[in-house]
Amino acid sequence: MTTRLFVPRETTALALGADEVAERIEAEAEARGVEVELVRNGSRGLFWLEPLVEVETPAGRIAYGPVAPEDVAGLLDAGLLEGSATSPLCQGPTEEIPYLQAQQRLTFSRIGVTDPLSLEDYCAHDGFRGLRRALGLDSQAIIDEVKASGLRGRGGAAFPTGIKWQTVLDAPAAQKYIVCNADEGDSGTFADRLVMECDPYLLIEGMAIAGLAVGATQGYVYLRSEYPLAQEIFNEAIARAEAAGYLGGDILGSGQAFHLEVRLGAGAYICGEETSLLESLEGKRGMVRFKPPLPAIEGLFGQPTVVNNVLSLAAVPFILGDGGQAYADYGMGRSRGTLALQLAGNVQRGGLVELAFGTTLRQLMEEFGGGTFTGRPLRAVQVGGPLGAYLPESQWDLPLDYEAFAEVGAVLGHGGVVMFDDTVDMAEQARFAMEFCTVESCGKCTPCRIGSVRGVEVIDRIRAGERREANLALLADLCETMVDGSLCAMGGMTPFPVQSVMKHFPDDLQRDAQPR
Amino acid sequence: MYNSPFPPWTPQLVQDEIDALKHEPGALLPILHAIQDRFGHIPREAVPLIAESLQLTRAEVHGVISFYHHFRTSPPGRHVVQICRAEACQARGARALESHARETLGIDYHQTTADREITLEPVYCLGNCACGPSLRVDDRILARVTPERFDRLVDELTTQVLKVS
Ligand SMILES: Cc1cc2nc3c(=O)[nH]c(=O)nc-3n(C[C@H](O)[C@H](O)[C@H](O)COP(=O)(O)O)c2cc1C
Ligand code: SF4
Ligand code: FES
Repeated sequence: MTTRLFVPRETTALALGADEVAERIEAEAEARGVEVELVRNGSRGLFWLEPLVEVETPAGRIAYGPVAPEDVAGLLDAGLLEGSATSPLCQGPTEEIPYLQAQQRLTFSRIGVTDPLSLEDYCAHDGFRGLRRALGLDSQAIIDEVKASGLRGRGGAAFPTGIKWQTVLDAPAAQKYIVCNADEGDSGTFADRLVMECDPYLLIEGMAIAGLAVGATQGYVYLRSEYPLAQEIFNEAIARAEAAGYLGGDILGSGQAFHLEVRLGAGAYICGEETSLLESLEGKRGMVRFKPPLPAIEGLFGQPTVVNNVLSLAAVPFILGDGGQAYADYGMGRSRGTLALQLAGNVQRGGLVELAFGTTLRQLMEEFGGGTFTGRPLRAVQVGGPLGAYLPESQWDLPLDYEAFAEVGAVLGHGGVVMFDDTVDMAEQARFAMEFCTVESCGKCTPCRIGSVRGVEVIDRIRAGERREANLALLADLCETMVDGSLCAMGGMTPFPVQSVMKHFPDDLQRDAQPR
Repeated sequence: MYNSPFPPWTPQLVQDEIDALKHEPGALLPILHAIQDRFGHIPREAVPLIAESLQLTRAEVHGVISFYHHFRTSPPGRHVVQICRAEACQARGARALESHARETLGIDYHQTTADREITLEPVYCLGNCACGPSLRVDDRILARVTPERFDRLVDELTTQVLKVS
């Protein structure tokens, strides 16, 4: 009898040795003369347990982790193939691991469960249900469904997706485009990568539906060059989807066309900004464009273009499959549906947590994250990437909701939650925010290009104890100038982390820098 | 002896890469990637060829190459090691790893060791943020890289070369 085993093939699992574990299992099985079938699934996103090995038993899938290659022989001795619970690495039935069980996975319902490249597996788990339904609807009806879901863009700006699509539908043009923003530049985020590596047909389905909704026959995925495995897996998925008729000139015999291509970025954070991204796709420097015109009116090659984040597009198959209302039933206030939170940095149990909007940051960091990795007290949390504020303990009870965060000058962004313990030097973090802007500014406007360089210098003077009060006042001024005078959020939000340090962690700016 | 992992470029080979892609809309980035993937860098002499083929000025092509951090105009060492400098990795000790790497390799970012084994580059997030400090060696990503682990890695990378040559 052949036993099915699952060993993830996903960047973090591989970075922790999943390939070596898979090899060891095959070698041991052969030596023992037992038959195993290894499935290289995606990751469930429970990274502290990776490599997470699962075995299929009559009682469901049983999880073991984190498994090192040298654990394999012992696990087999202890009855891995029967799903025995005698090994301390046994986590019990996968679906019952509390971290997973407590989530509300709509977009990520399939990740880690299936073989990412198997179309059969995808279809067996509700895949292409949304697309099939969309093929029977007219454009306006598809968009109405998305509007009813209340979905707001998950890339950062939280603009309503249905309204964006409506603008593109209403713009008359011979050629329109769907552009997927897979630049995922924020530190602490990996959810876009997980979709592309672990459930690529989900994004393909979402983009095809977007194409039907606005009348676009060509899509591009702009993927960052830092994600080589995502590129490999996603390209293979496109080829297979095309061969099976889910993409191409005649989607599932409907007479409707949608073509998809991946384009690689080249290491520029600013190319995540949608107009820079379009410039880059056109083969130019990634310089931010003035708006208006909006990309929805004049986007790629001057044509009406939907630019959406991976997670926005990946939410669409559920919305079409189950109806917009089913999605809107999750969430709070004007933040509908679920949010993909990514627990990162100094965290005990890091990973992907999909939850309806409204949970508090503290619940997330304590109940899911289990506190810091080092076991030291948590001191600061940066939410929403390098342009997001650092939140002190007094703000950890904020509900995860776009408006609640905006009220305190914070952002949810792409859902990255980066935890720092009490060894962090917040002056150093403030300096880094400015430094990052000097490296990544597109250079188009002065407050951002020059202001960030000045920002680094002023913080250095503060840390050196040089006319500290005067320089702190100068830094406050500089931040205001950048917020008010920058053309885009790169320069306009770089002050957020800096200002949050000045406000909530002022002592660190009063101390001389520790020599390293 | 040092063996480059990349074949030497010739104007004809560069032109072949250009011709394969120049008809695509927005072809410049894909062409630059193709050239760098094949030859390890974008030779200065490729600029006029690209400009001619895409009907751009040389200044425009140069402007694009210099805008993106990923593109390089001189050959890298046998291995490219990128260290993540971003916040989530900082929270797990990336700063100490960075200084250790620069010290032990004796080079700064964007430089190559004298034996041309390793080119060191900064990177801002590899999407492995729950298990940092993260590092990329060529196309492989490594998690929880301590200074000790870094030293072992450098050993591995350099001994492999001895076997080949
Ligand atoms: C500096 C900067 C970087 C950005 N980076 C990203 C990114 O990496 N991914 C992304 O989806 N959106 C990013 N955005 C937001 C995009 O400009 C845009 O709002 C988004 O792609 C729209 O898609 P959505 O409506 O689905 O969120 C960035 C914005 C700015 C100002
Ligand atoms: S704020 Fe910075 S990144 Fe944005 S347009 Fe101005 S210079 Fe470019
Ligand atoms: S911050 Fe280093 S991998 Fe994301």
